[in-house]
Amino acid sequence: MLAVYKKELRSYFVGPIGYIYVALYLLVSSLIFTYTTLYAGTCSVTTYYTFILYLFAILIPLLTMRMLSEEKKSRTEQILLTAPVSLTSVVTAKFLAAFTLFAGTLLVSCLHFITFFALDGTPNVAIMVSTTFGIILIGAAFVAIGIFVSACTENQLVAALVTIVAIASTLVLNVLSGYVTFTPLRVVMRWLSVFDRFYAFTYGYFDFVALLYYVSITVIFLFLTVRVLEKRRWE
Amino acid sequence: MIEIRGITKRYGDKYAAKNVTFTVNAGEIMGFLGPNGAGKSTTMNILTGYLSATSGTARIDGIDILQDPIAAKAKIGFLPEQPPLYPDLTVKEYLNFVYDLKKCKLDRKKHLEEICRVVEISDVYNRVIRNLSKGYRQRVGIAQALVGNPPVLIFDEPTVGLDPKQIIDIRNLIKDLGKEHTVILSTHILPEVQAICDRIVVINKGEIVADEKTENIARAVEGKRRMTYNVCGPKDEVLKLIRSIPGVTYAEIIGNRELDSTAFLVESDDKIDIRKPLFFALADKRWPLIGMDVMGMDLEDVFLALVDQKNRKEEARKGGRKGEKK
Repeated sequence: MLAVYKKELRSYFVGPIGYIYVALYLLVSSLIFTYTTLYAGTCSVTTYYTFILYLFAILIPLLTMRMLSEEKKSRTEQILLTAPVSLTSVVTAKFLAAFTLFAGTLLVSCLHFITFFALDGTPNVAIMVSTTFGIILIGAAFVAIGIFVSACTENQLVAALVTIVAIASTLVLNVLSGYVTFTPLRVVMRWLSVFDRFYAFTYGYFDFVALLYYVSITVIFLFLTVRVLEKRRWE
Repeated sequence: MIEIRGITKRYGDKYAAKNVTFTVNAGEIMGFLGPNGAGKSTTMNILTGYLSATSGTARIDGIDILQDPIAAKAKIGFLPEQPPLYPDLTVKEYLNFVYDLKKCKLDRKKHLEEICRVVEISDVYNRVIRNLSKGYRQRVGIAQALVGNPPVLIFDEPTVGLDPKQIIDIRNLIKDLGKEHTVILSTHILPEVQAICDRIVVINKGEIVADEKTENIARAVEGKRRMTYNVCGPKDEVLKLIRSIPGVTYAEIIGNRELDSTAFLVESDDKIDIRKPLFFALADKRWPLIGMDVMGMDLEDVFLALVDQKNRKEEARKGGRKGEKK
């Protein structure tokens, strides 16, 4: 498992993808940070992170699009599937590699918050920590979705586009649910929306149910990824 | 060492492999021969756990690939049809990755150096795989299979696309590896298996048509003698003369290869050597025989010969049973 993890992390930085991701994330997040907090004259990070979630829709596919599609296309999956390791450990290792780069970059971007203290603001540290934690959980779920999509195709571009649509639709679901009058449908839509549970974190709560929800989504999509790869052997 | 029983792989109503059964003993080099699309790769992929069979079992050293895939896979080094290389990595990074992936316990530096020496890739050790030539990539693919020193090596068409010198090198390498490993080697080139393998299993359209020692296959294949002769002389009369020689079953003019001679294709009975009588008959007429060549059978002919032989055997067996009933 460690072998695949190390190889995936390295391959981000052998090609340009890793650098592009880190650079774009840090650049765009600084811009968003400047406009939503410094210009807006607030120390609240809620708006900042809400925008960041939309940024995820575009950037997370960069991390996951190649992961399994490229292996299938170049037939390198053969070495993984005929090596004495389980599929679950291969998929987990790939997830952890993408998650490491994702979470690492996000933590680096938290350096933005230093400006609050430098400018003598009065930030609520508890809210900052809990919101960041919530964002990392949501990101993990998105990474898992991206890996699942990548397992379903051998075309990176298709994987990227489908992932963008999938992530964006979970974000838009919340907005749309406001227009739905049919109550059961609205409940289901809100339940599926990752936003709904996110707000608890922005109030500084540590919401255990939300934690469970995001971790479940992550695990379910990784499990589905394993099933897709498993099924391919039988088709 | 390797035991395959009744492997069937069905895609819809098409069979990629149909009731494939064979065993390979420890230390043997088995040639797996068949035209493209015959089911060689399918069988090998099932054996290595990459694909699952619709029915049947595959065992490596007594371990079922489905029941304990991790233990079975640990015993196999596999070179797929297309070597599974990561083009962005250097050979060094790649082999180290494979070493970790296979959870190899041998001394890392010594083991990898040894492999690189054996497959002769030490001089490209620090180069990026993307920039390597086809021959070197194939070798890196073989190196990958050797990591961890597994007792069973499976090579799927290891010489395809290489130049003649590389082909000879790889063949020699495999022959050497066969001294200490059990090897399965697939190919669609008959002379290749004849050169390296102890035993040959022939597959056609998903079914095994022969499973024999190499020399037996050679005999089956050479049953019909086919030769070309170059003769200087009036072609129609020469043809008539050739046809009159006892043992000749077929003769035709295949063209003028050189200015003053004509080439003839001659098939003869496998029990009679017509070369000497033919030579003397031509000498009598003072038509010089200036060339003589054995026409190798191509794979198609081999299959026809083998399928023919198999059918005849089966008919004989059935006939025997009918006889018993009477």
